[in-house]
Amino acid sequence: MAGSLWRSTLSQVVGWVRRSSIQSSVSRRGMQTVTLIPGDGIGPEISAAVIKIFEAAKVPVKWEERNVTAIKGPGGRWMIPPDAKESMDRSKIGLKGPLKTPIAAGHPSMNLLLRKTFDLYANVRPCISIEGYKTPYTDVDLVTIRENTEGEYSGIEHVIVDGVVQSIKLITEKASKRIAEYAFEYARNNQRNSVTAVHKANIMRMSDGLFLRKCREVAENFKDIKFTEMYLDTVCLNMVQDPTQFDVLVMPNLYGDILSDLCAGLIGGLGVTPSGNIGANGVAIFESVHGTAPDIAGLDLANPTALLLSAVMMLRHMGLHPHADKIQTACFDTIRDKKFLTKDLGGNAKCSEFKIAVLMTWTAGSTVIPMLIALLLLGSRTRISVFLISGPFYRETKHVDVSVLSPHS
Amino acid sequence: MASHSAVLSMSRLLSPFRGGLLGNPTKPPPAKYGGRHTVTLIPGDGIGPELLNHVREVFRFSCVPVDFEVVHVNSALETDSDMDNAITAIRRNGVALKGNIETKHTLPPSVKSRNNVLRTSLDLYANVMHCQSLPGVQTRHKNIDIIIIRENTEGEYSSLEHESVSGVVECLKIITRNNSLRIADYAFRLAREKGRRRVTAVHKANIMKLGDGLFLQCCREVASGYPEITFDSMIVDNTTMQLVSKPQQFDVMVMPNLYGNVVSNVCAGLVGGPGLVPGANYGQAYAVFETATRNTGKSIADKNIANPTAMLLASCMMLDHLQLYDYASLIRNAVLTTMNETRLHTADLGGQGTTSEVVQSIMRIIQSKGQLISEF
Repeated sequence: MAGSLWRSTLSQVVGWVRRSSIQSSVSRRGMQTVTLIPGDGIGPEISAAVIKIFEAAKVPVKWEERNVTAIKGPGGRWMIPPDAKESMDRSKIGLKGPLKTPIAAGHPSMNLLLRKTFDLYANVRPCISIEGYKTPYTDVDLVTIRENTEGEYSGIEHVIVDGVVQSIKLITEKASKRIAEYAFEYARNNQRNSVTAVHKANIMRMSDGLFLRKCREVAENFKDIKFTEMYLDTVCLNMVQDPTQFDVLVMPNLYGDILSDLCAGLIGGLGVTPSGNIGANGVAIFESVHGTAPDIAGLDLANPTALLLSAVMMLRHMGLHPHADKIQTACFDTIRDKKFLTKDLGGNAKCSEFKIAVLMTWTAGSTVIPMLIALLLLGSRTRISVFLISGPFYRETKHVDVSVLSPHS
Repeated sequence: MASHSAVLSMSRLLSPFRGGLLGNPTKPPPAKYGGRHTVTLIPGDGIGPELLNHVREVFRFSCVPVDFEVVHVNSALETDSDMDNAITAIRRNGVALKGNIETKHTLPPSVKSRNNVLRTSLDLYANVMHCQSLPGVQTRHKNIDIIIIRENTEGEYSSLEHESVSGVVECLKIITRNNSLRIADYAFRLAREKGRRRVTAVHKANIMKLGDGLFLQCCREVASGYPEITFDSMIVDNTTMQLVSKPQQFDVMVMPNLYGNVVSNVCAGLVGGPGLVPGANYGQAYAVFETATRNTGKSIADKNIANPTAMLLASCMMLDHLQLYDYASLIRNAVLTTMNETRLHTADLGGQGTTSEVVQSIMRIIQSKGQLISEF
């Protein structure tokens, strides 16, 4: 008992020391490099919005933009461009927009290629109810951690005889142990109380049984965190009735896919859900999980919330908690105010207006922000509301016909 | 196809009890000894025995001409003799009502899930579950009316696993053309019988291209024979997301085994919980009725707080199958009146009633027999 208390206190202290050392190392180094993959469709515009917001928040991050369209390497194998790989290996942190999977291009999905290249074994999706975006479910606060490399998505399928197909679900001891360890570490580092393993070991006795055994073994080393196990169907049943009973969920690939999307649906869909992929060798790629939305690409209608919240997740991973909190609060406040909501959230503001609204929640009273606004509005001919900061103590709303600021007029 | 639809329309004209008929092609077993049917009863574990006792109580009270042959299955045993007895009994009687049998993890993996063994031995290929919002139950979503048809014998539940290398386990998911065609055919026939307009196939064919691709292809083939019914498909993760935000868009859904497990539990949760929805497993020659979400309910066993609604509605489905429609309507109406009008709810619905109180209320309504008829 005392031993576990000492262990948990020690781990908390270690976590705090680690976090503050990362922060001091960042400030010592100055800027930390992050590989940015804008993606396709609405990817470039939402990435641009995130970059602007980070600049305004003075986050010490240097962006390195890369393209990851698959190329055929030596030996005929499809791979990501070597400069992208080199950049990611160096920076270890990536932010990715949506990538399209071309149907008949001959190469596998880009997301799959990235996963294989960097061995992204854990997909982490924190699902927190967004105050201001009303869904039938309130107070959702859970994290789904999904094993991302094996399980039902191993891709091994055969046609045994005509009309009989066999798909193989692979569960290995090594991968199960790795994901369980990550889940418990995540719970500890983020002050979470319990980890639930989701399985179907009553039907898939050996495979899910192995997964469960590994989770139990790892739980022995993390006595400060409560470990429970629950059947997949029971989790689904309880999730739609009372999602507040869940904390951290860890599970194999297919169940993770279904459950993480279910939880995303609880908080409002893929347009507001952040996601992170953790790889071996310390690589972490944070991404928005929605599609490329080619029908609204380039029209300034996209919602940058998902990519923004994923970027916030990235900042927390890097240890830059103050910046992360600031941006997250700004984003939630903008959504709560409901004045500049994009179409998918029920409003009719544009992407750039939403971005500006987020920036506007920081009323530092400095002249940098109004200057930034003027810069942002250059080239745009839309009519928007601009908050004029006339001093640190009060704000005035004024409608400005922006076209007069444009150099084209 | 024309003759098929002619036969269906003839049967619709001849049978006035459309509400109860679930389009099941199996004929009910012949009644024995003066019009009384014999039905196999498997109490199972957890809340199964007490709920089935209540079912027997209600049947006795209502003078339903059904005798139960009780077969016990001990889930702690490693041998299969119990299950063999149960399966033989069901083969003999043709119809069964069962509680869920627990699968103990402490036993070696060679001991398969007994519920699964039952389903595969009797080839109960279709699991049908009808989720409807009940007016008396408070839920986040309203106006849900979804029929879920789930392939019950193959897919991920094939129980074929091996450890080829130490630390690496392979589990096989089998999809066959015959079974996929069979379940798709069942789904479309049921949709037509019930006047439903849309069938959605749930799959993950973007990842499991051959397996779920085959399933989807079979569904499309069958859909071409039912031009009045719209057929579309949806990937399973998108389906769950849509279910928690806009469940009213779904009508009839057909899917392989595991996705059926997930989707049926999500839907059951949306309409009010595991205590409300009955489920049926149909095969060519046999039918087994149980609660839709197949919970053992160990934590609430013997505490008199379990919700008897699901089991009672399952028994009504069984009576419909035996063509005892009057008794089925009688009991069903009583259950729904207690739920919606008297509003006597058990703890899982946020009420204070005990199981016995609910059952007493149902029996009182049956006795008075003059209550409002609620639509099921």
